[in-house]
Amino acid sequence: MFTLYFTKKTIEYCHKMKRAVITGMGIYSCLGKNLEEVRQSLYLGKSGIGIDPERTAYGYRSPLTGIVERPALKGLLDRRSRICLAEEGEYAYMATAEALRNAGIDADYLERNEVGVLYGNDSSARAVIEAHTRTLETKDTTLLGSGAIFQSMNSTVTMNLSTIFKLKGINMTISAACASGSHAIGLGLMFIRQGCQDMIICGGAQEVNYLAMGNFDAISAFSTRTEDPTRASRPFDRDRDGLVPSGGAATVILEEYEHAVKRGAPILAEVIGYGFSSNGANISQPSDLGSYIAMERALKDAALTPADIDYVNAHATSTQQGDAFEADALNQLFGECRTPVSSTKSMTGHECWMAGSSEIVYSNLMMLNDFIAPNINFENPDEHSKNLNIIPVTTEKRIKTYLSNSFGFGGTNSALVVRNIEK
Amino acid sequence: MNRTEIIEIINNFLVEELEIEEDKLKDSALLKEDLKIDSLDFVDIAVIVESHFKVKIKPEDMKGVKTLVQFYDYIESKIQ
Repeated sequence: MFTLYFTKKTIEYCHKMKRAVITGMGIYSCLGKNLEEVRQSLYLGKSGIGIDPERTAYGYRSPLTGIVERPALKGLLDRRSRICLAEEGEYAYMATAEALRNAGIDADYLERNEVGVLYGNDSSARAVIEAHTRTLETKDTTLLGSGAIFQSMNSTVTMNLSTIFKLKGINMTISAACASGSHAIGLGLMFIRQGCQDMIICGGAQEVNYLAMGNFDAISAFSTRTEDPTRASRPFDRDRDGLVPSGGAATVILEEYEHAVKRGAPILAEVIGYGFSSNGANISQPSDLGSYIAMERALKDAALTPADIDYVNAHATSTQQGDAFEADALNQLFGECRTPVSSTKSMTGHECWMAGSSEIVYSNLMMLNDFIAPNINFENPDEHSKNLNIIPVTTEKRIKTYLSNSFGFGGTNSALVVRNIEK
Repeated sequence: MNRTEIIEIINNFLVEELEIEEDKLKDSALLKEDLKIDSLDFVDIAVIVESHFKVKIKPEDMKGVKTLVQFYDYIESKIQ
């Protein structure tokens, strides 16, 4: 097994760096349109999965998807802001507005201070395809209007959030497939530790429409258990048959600890570890070694051992291969400790570019409310998951520290360790 | 289409689609300074004009168009 070597000097240096805390959160997903709705859904083990008839008509193998209603933004945003926002940007706006509100950050603060944005996003397919279709019809690109370009670029979310909220700090999109949202928070942690920024809006966004997921459906990655959509996403279960795509957006306000204390901000959690790796192997196939390295690196970054982790929010998407590799890696690290594990994707489906951020919000909601959300639909383990302590029903538990995994195509891996500094 | 109809259509889309306050729509209003129409808005105006009047206009052709009344004149000339 590949081993990371952190010298005592390295660890001492890390611990002299600044600390990054989460002082605000926002969520817009198939589990709810705000933190309270989502907290309730998580506690109740409620699925957000349904059927999209447009996908069947378009030629999808599977019409299953997370059901997310687009927000009505007229009255909230001016015309220029609205027409430049792609669907995933609309979700990101809603999540970020909620996060800023509960972090106590208003327009005046943003005007007078340097706040950054690091957000995960890896497609804006609807905007691109609709512009292409319109041009084919009209043979005139001028008829696309002024919003199309700003909706179509991969950095659409950060370019719009930075404009709407008048942000003046670091401003970029992180594209790392299904680990995008997690890396965005990890990189935010690094910027704050280094003293480069006092506050960064971090998160991830994912469009939910039939134009965005057809090429993913093409590789038979999706569950076809259409007879009962809420039971289709079943991470770690023996009878899983693929993932269910989903989306929305999640935001956390990452803030330097002393800055947050001085501001009197609510401190919800502290991000204490970030681990990453690349499998250097197959483009679609995950790796137990790659995920192990990311997790081990995150733990060492946090100066913790597996026994210190009270809960693992697994990446597990409900695919045969991916869940098996992660289960093996989790078993190597956490098997002896019997650490509770659940995949919230059992309820949300796979929120892809957003997942690494939304699962931090979901886990924080659990940590702040003393429960572990269930890995619903886990009925029978397979040979890989049988050794894990998978939580199939809502369980009351005080969580002091948790680890959250995110892995993506191309072998990109990210793990974050977060703790509750109040407990 | 007569001038009154042209003005009505233009004023309607300036209010409905560009969300400009109706009481600002005076003949002498400066498009940029008073109505806050910027270069990106002119791109959208070209799209709207095409859909309402079935004529193509280019944002760069509108450089000499400074006021609302000049805009009415420009669209009227294009239609004719």
